Amino acid sequence: MSSTIEVAPKKIEAQPNLTSLSGSQAVLEAFLAEGVDTIFGYPGGAIMPIYDALYDYQTKLKHILVRHEQGGIHAAQGYARTSGRTGVVFATSGPGATNLVTGLADAMIDSTPLVAITGQVFAHLLGTDAFQETDVINITTPVTKWNYQVTDATEIPAVLAKAFYIAKSGRPGPVLIDITKNAQLQKFDYSGYEKCNHIRSYRPKPLVRKEYVAEAAKMINEAQQPFVIFGQGVILGKAENEFRKFIEKAGIPTAWTIMGESALPTDHPLGVGMLGMHGNYGPNVLTNECDVLIAVGMRFDDRVTGRLDKYAKQAKVIHLDIDPSEIDKNVKSAVPVWGDCKETLPLLTELVEQKVYPQWLQRFRDYQAQEEEACINPELNPTTDELTMGEVIKVLNELTGGDAVVVTDVGQHQMVACRYAKFNKTRSNVTSGGLGTMGFALPAAIGAKFGAPERTVVAIIGDGGFQMTLQELGTIMQSEVDVKILILNNRFLGMVRQWQQLFHDKRYSFVDITSPDFVQVAKGYGIAGNSISDRKDLQASVQQMLEHKGSFLLEVMVGKENNVFPMVPQGASVSEIRLK
Amino acid sequence: MSKQEFTVTVYTENQIGLLNRIAIMFSRRKINIESLNTSPSEVEGIHRFTIVINETEDVVRKLARQIEKQVEVLKAYFNTNEEIVWQELAMYKVPTDTIAEKVKVERLLREHGARAVVIRKDYTVFETTGQREETDKLISVLEPYGLIEFVRSARVAIIKASSGFHEKLKEFEEAEPSEVVVENEFLDKQDEVFTM
Repeated sequence: MSSTIEVAPKKIEAQPNLTSLSGSQAVLEAFLAEGVDTIFGYPGGAIMPIYDALYDYQTKLKHILVRHEQGGIHAAQGYARTSGRTGVVFATSGPGATNLVTGLADAMIDSTPLVAITGQVFAHLLGTDAFQETDVINITTPVTKWNYQVTDATEIPAVLAKAFYIAKSGRPGPVLIDITKNAQLQKFDYSGYEKCNHIRSYRPKPLVRKEYVAEAAKMINEAQQPFVIFGQGVILGKAENEFRKFIEKAGIPTAWTIMGESALPTDHPLGVGMLGMHGNYGPNVLTNECDVLIAVGMRFDDRVTGRLDKYAKQAKVIHLDIDPSEIDKNVKSAVPVWGDCKETLPLLTELVEQKVYPQWLQRFRDYQAQEEEACINPELNPTTDELTMGEVIKVLNELTGGDAVVVTDVGQHQMVACRYAKFNKTRSNVTSGGLGTMGFALPAAIGAKFGAPERTVVAIIGDGGFQMTLQELGTIMQSEVDVKILILNNRFLGMVRQWQQLFHDKRYSFVDITSPDFVQVAKGYGIAGNSISDRKDLQASVQQMLEHKGSFLLEVMVGKENNVFPMVPQGASVSEIRLK
Repeated sequence: MSKQEFTVTVYTENQIGLLNRIAIMFSRRKINIESLNTSPSEVEGIHRFTIVINETEDVVRKLARQIEKQVEVLKAYFNTNEEIVWQELAMYKVPTDTIAEKVKVERLLREHGARAVVIRKDYTVFETTGQREETDKLISVLEPYGLIEFVRSARVAIIKASSGFHEKLKEFEEAEPSEVVVENEFLDKQDEVFTM
């Protein structure tokens, strides 16, 4: 089969003096044309020509040498999440490429725009089990939005243009380009870089149908108890203002998914909290009582819906999404509003009536009061000797004022952080939502800092997850990345232990994890640190961490067997959420 | 909703690796592909996949949308057997001597719409085109006479209600956004829509 690369014939910049370039140089020229400023990567045999070319581009392209390719791709994800731009990662063939797979899968399910470039063996060696050869294209097909193998340098400008276009447009996602070593070395006549803005087989942006918007508005205007739930689509669509105007005019109580968190300030008067398994009480229970459910840029993940056949059955669902395959995938919609929410929300806002629902909103507040008493207050203001994760987050909120970027790993600390962290600004909550990748936070925080260098970045990590990617302390050391590392250490793989306690008769099977002296480990990397276990030291040590010039590791020893509540048990309906 | 046979027709660019990208949409849901054919389409440069699966309509609809989402896929349709005209080709290799001795070959061919492709001293190859039951029937007829080899092709299918892909392609070639993906079975009347 032949290959077809479709590129619209729109010239952005022609550089007639660059007549002969190598494939490697063409890759880097493409990066410059696409506005890339930071690359995360790790060199190796099959990508050496690109690294050789990079030597001459050091003033224009910052390269961050990571300690493992997984760290590289998570860093690129963190960068993309805080900056709103496309993250870029380099890896060599074989193990370098396979080490990207977790990050690709994570970016795929969390719709993160990435371009990953992998080296590949010479084209004439493909399929021969050459040294460090692996079939990267087939390995990564299920976890990429698009992938392509380049064996001829002349393809590089058009393929890279396509890669950046696909990664960023429509519902974003990771793209992997595998380039054989001969193509990296090959010289060819370079006639400039043309950005891609159309591929005939690819429809990133469905046409907005006004009649559906009108139908949705009518449904909202007739509703007695409408409820808005939103996900990361609001952030990806850069539609935070449009979204806010919509809910403020319509006066509808609003809850967020873990991926949508921070698109709306957490203290917004219409904000009623987080949805899902460890979300807030009110939004979960009242999902099953609202009459119109307006879902914006979210995909009804099973962690949000709980038992699907008992999810919002009484409600008419209006689903706004850019990806048509998400409509009716899990929850049937009465009115689908396909399109970019940056376009659809203003149309909807115009048609909805200015309203308030004081009694309906009060019901959320009533549930919140129950949750305060049963879960929130004991977590944030504990009377036990042991520290809780929640009180650490509370102190962090007080000291940052909600202006920090919070990067979380996966597990109990993630749920506690997302439940209690205060956010004023969008793109502040970076977490592995869909894939639940332990080891995500430390490298993602490095990338997050490069994506938002002016902001404080706090990585909140458990003792288990930290040990999955702690080699990236080396990256922090070498590149002097100012990341605040907050380890919440409960000396257990806490979330699994919680499930074993609740659903497996306390049979604590291999969750009792021992850890090294994290402060000593950090010290080995030249990173200052501190470990505390007393409440009296909490405030001062968090302050010390935040005020420290440069990276800092703070370990807080917390209660060993604390649980995260509320909780929707697996297989239960959202309205069966447990407070204890 | 019960499972039934659906024919999924996918119009794509001609691209290496696309077969895998489409096939894994089925395997990730543990759905067996009963038959898969790739061929050129009525439009030059556009490839056509014809895939047969046994599934519920609900699942097939979701699958078609997820397939359509792939960058190099232009459009995915799904149809029941009533909505398509379909054929498979089958070939049968039998020993010539047995056939010549024991069977009235002419009658056999006539009854099953078959024809002899190759007649050699040692073996004869028959070919027939038709639907599954028809090609299966000839197997049972030929089995007693020492059927040596049998092979059946994938299904090829023409969608009865289709007016071809030339016009659709023009829409695709125009700039974004496009009407093409916003066909909707809830607010539109379903039969007025091509499929989906």
